[in-house]
Amino acid sequence: MSELALALRDIHKRFGATVALEGARCLVRPGTVHALLGENGAGKTTLMRIAFGMLHADSGTLERDGRAVRFGHERDAIAAGVGMVHQHFMLIPAFTVAENAALGGRGHLDRAATAERIRRIGASTGLAVDADARVRDLPVGAQQRAEILRALMQDARLLILDEPTAVLTPLESDELYGWMRRFTASGGTIVLITHKLREALAVADEVTVLRRGRTMLEGRADEISESALVTAIVGEGAPRAEEAPRGRSSGAAVFTLDGASWADAQGVLRLSPTTLTVRAGEILGVLGVEGAGQRELLRLLAGRLSPTAGLVVRPDRVGFIPEDRLHDAVIPDFSLTENHALAEASRLDRLVPWARHAAATSAILESYDVRTTGPAAIMATLSGGNQQRFVAGRERQRAPQALVAENPTRGLDVRATARVLDAVRDVAAQGGAAVVYSADLDEILAMTQRVVVCFGGRVTDVAPPLDPADRSPYARALLGLGA
Amino acid sequence: MIELLLVPFLEAAVRTATPLAFAALGELVAERAGVINLGLEGTIIAGCLGGAAGALLGGPALGFAGAALAGMLIASVFALFVVRIGTDQIITGTALTLLGLGITGTVFHVAPAVVGAGQVIPTTGPIAIPGLSAVPILGTALFRQPLATYALYLLVPALAWWMGRTHAGLALRAVGESPEAAAAAGLSPRRIRTVAILFSGLMGGLCGGTLVLAQVGAFNEGMSAGRGFIAIAIVVLGRWTPLGTAGAALVFGGAFALQYLFQSLGSSLPYQLFLALPYVLTLVLLAALRGRAAAPARLGR
Amino acid sequence: MDILVAFWDGAFGSTYAFWSATLVRATPLLLVGLAVALAFRAGILNIGAEGQLILGAIAAAAVALQLPPAPRVVMVPLMMLAGMAGGAVWAGIAALLRRRFGVLEVISTIMLNFVALAAVSWMVRGPLQEPTRVYPMSETFAAAARWPFLITGQRLHLGIVLGLLAAGALWFVLARTAVGFRIRAIGAGARAAQSAGGVEPERVAARVFLASGALAGLAGASEVGGVTWALYEGISPGHGYTAIAVALLARLDPRWVVVSAVFFGALEAGGASMQREAGVPAVAVQIVTATILLSVLAIAQWRNARRPVGAPE
Repeated sequence: MSELALALRDIHKRFGATVALEGARCLVRPGTVHALLGENGAGKTTLMRIAFGMLHADSGTLERDGRAVRFGHERDAIAAGVGMVHQHFMLIPAFTVAENAALGGRGHLDRAATAERIRRIGASTGLAVDADARVRDLPVGAQQRAEILRALMQDARLLILDEPTAVLTPLESDELYGWMRRFTASGGTIVLITHKLREALAVADEVTVLRRGRTMLEGRADEISESALVTAIVGEGAPRAEEAPRGRSSGAAVFTLDGASWADAQGVLRLSPTTLTVRAGEILGVLGVEGAGQRELLRLLAGRLSPTAGLVVRPDRVGFIPEDRLHDAVIPDFSLTENHALAEASRLDRLVPWARHAAATSAILESYDVRTTGPAAIMATLSGGNQQRFVAGRERQRAPQALVAENPTRGLDVRATARVLDAVRDVAAQGGAAVVYSADLDEILAMTQRVVVCFGGRVTDVAPPLDPADRSPYARALLGLGA
Repeated sequence: MIELLLVPFLEAAVRTATPLAFAALGELVAERAGVINLGLEGTIIAGCLGGAAGALLGGPALGFAGAALAGMLIASVFALFVVRIGTDQIITGTALTLLGLGITGTVFHVAPAVVGAGQVIPTTGPIAIPGLSAVPILGTALFRQPLATYALYLLVPALAWWMGRTHAGLALRAVGESPEAAAAAGLSPRRIRTVAILFSGLMGGLCGGTLVLAQVGAFNEGMSAGRGFIAIAIVVLGRWTPLGTAGAALVFGGAFALQYLFQSLGSSLPYQLFLALPYVLTLVLLAALRGRAAAPARLGR
Repeated sequence: MDILVAFWDGAFGSTYAFWSATLVRATPLLLVGLAVALAFRAGILNIGAEGQLILGAIAAAAVALQLPPAPRVVMVPLMMLAGMAGGAVWAGIAALLRRRFGVLEVISTIMLNFVALAAVSWMVRGPLQEPTRVYPMSETFAAAARWPFLITGQRLHLGIVLGLLAAGALWFVLARTAVGFRIRAIGAGARAAQSAGGVEPERVAARVFLASGALAGLAGASEVGGVTWALYEGISPGHGYTAIAVALLARLDPRWVVVSAVFFGALEAGGASMQREAGVPAVAVQIVTATILLSVLAIAQWRNARRPVGAPE
């Protein structure tokens, strides 16, 4: 075999006081799919951003095709045939696919020729996208294809994909895997950043596992056992989720939707009339691909939206863990105590009881294992997992009997995930009701008794299959194929 | 009778619009890169001073060069702070407007000879374009103007073509929409923003130069008289396009010219009404056009 | 050297310089600085304190000149109320444009500053012009409309008491009260304030905008009532813009606005003395103001950059 397509050796990187990478290594052979595995926070994205010139290593070496290189900027990496598809797409919503693809070029802008090239590459790779569509009008899967196409138009031969299947339906994921194999068969190289074990083992030729900024394991995917991978990823004593018993609760109704629907300002119906009851002691799982109506459903339940028609009956106080916590749940520049008071901001009048909020904050830090210097710490200085544990604790405290959580474990490592999910389970265990949406089917099945699926703004109950291991009813409902 | 009033009105409208259009087109480019340059007023007054000083040294041509240079000088400070250090655009811009007004005012008082107080500054008069200037009504307004106006006739379509039909123009707009996405595509948002700000300084300077060299013929303290802020309003009215911006500049020119028209008609309305009119008009039009729907997504951030 | 001596003499060189020049000039800067600090705290970019101050001055002058004679205890409070109402109305236009029509307040408030200049220019040549109709100014106020001096022989007047009270009250409101917490929350994170706190950012913002305008308007009333005793065209030499520097130098903390207002008051008093004694134009003070603003911005940025931030993911 010829020299390595990409070699990162002994990479160190710090962000302020946080050590992100501590001697990480990743050696990628040409013509392979190389899975880069690890918990969230393990340093996978940081390492690959260094390979793409977005970040600069404090120390360590970088080689591309056997030659030592220094990427000072993304454009250096692009010039060296490296492309990256980011977890949060780096496309300009107001531009068309063709305009996005043309970005970075020089001279006269020939729209027709660009569109033609996109169609040609699309036809040869099977990644078809309407070149003249505005990105903001495209579904998320098409946006991802557009971003891959852009990298290919820049002649990328080594493509880094950061959690590419996080937003895709199972069918779309399969299509992506198919393309990845064709791309490597034609001599291309792929680095796949993922935290999904099975995905990595199914599609990758080789694997590198990062843990806390160090490389723990590397080798051929077909020679490494699943259990060895798990140990490398999470260390000893990895938590294992158990599947929750299925069935209905007979407690009192906590949430009731009676023909409730919601239309946006343009009058587009985002959630069709929905009738639904969530009872005490129950956790309702919600599934849905991006934009299927679950966002609106959760906000109606949490009282963050009012139905445009129909009726919503809910407790006066409902805890809510929104997906985008830094924008919707906390104020990064405020202290933890201030962020605790934030939950009461509209109910308070006269003076803010700061001493009480500080004490309650301390209690959350204690019981939810939030690691920081104390209630006066500024939110922005906490890691994502600690921020989310704080939010979960605050929302539980605010409303012990009712909690709505939207993708609460997104971006969290295994331990933080477990703590946040425990907070959800506690609600039901203590006689309240919880509603959880997650992009992760396994997570939903592991913790809920009852599942509804959103598709095209409609909410459907999915009867649990006779065989608990059978996931096809959920997958079919997610894709709108009927139960 | 109509022609007797209309021709001078239209002529004054185009003449007043010319410096405004320079400043607004510069601001347009900065804003499409996501930068709102409230220091524009500072670049304009610097351009006035640079224009006067340059013209005294070596005639109108050197005057325009001095104006452009002075504008870019102020803008380079703005770029240093906003792009390099990453300070708030609005407040940095306000500071640079104060800086420009402070420096030029001080020079005017301390060294009046530099800006030619009491001297005749060489200016460029209107040049009639043979044939076209004889067209009834519009001929004089459009084709008996100083060279600066004709430069705009070329610049506006050129800018429209550049922004829409070149990779560089696309890159500019990309940075205004999402600097991260632009960087991921291999562009350098900082460099693009810096160049855009320097261009706005160049154009702001030329606005000042035009004021001194093609209209007033002298430098006065504070003679920019808020044109930098008006230019920002013009860009909004022009919906962030070159042609729209040029049109909006003409609307403002017209509003100012209306003042002269009514005065010459012997109207008893207070002249302050016409003074306030363009600003009120901007507010009304902004409200009617519903704010910032067409604005670059990352304007000001 | 002469220049610096003249500067020092004008700002601090004598008891008169301090009490009657520096503090008198600090008074409007204190009130307008608070107006700007309050607005910025809520994330409202009110660049229009200048116009709001002018409208406050017009309104207070109109009360002083047009109302039937009344004792001072009635007249002075009425002028205060009128000034606050004038400033609030002017800010209210921008608040309305922002809320109903989505017009950026940066642009609308700048436009309104120009309209306010035209308005005062018309007032002193039209409805409020002095009876001989020669000078572009109003008649001098009657004694009852002149705000009381605080110290015999000094020009320091009631306005600074209002400014200090306002600073204390504003600090208390922002630091301790629920209303103040909501104001800070919408400024620091409007979406989180709405989603997690149930606060309606636009509603709070509109009220803050009005309050900010009222403070600026009060500064206008204080200038005509305490200093000029008449309405002039140049009633504000750019106080509304200097106020941005005042507020930012104080890092938007009302307590520090007091200090920073005195600092800029001294700068202006010294500048005026420089012009009289050493022939350096007072406009040179703007260079200093701009330099301070830029330094404050750069230092704040540098502090921010040193704060630890999380890794990606």
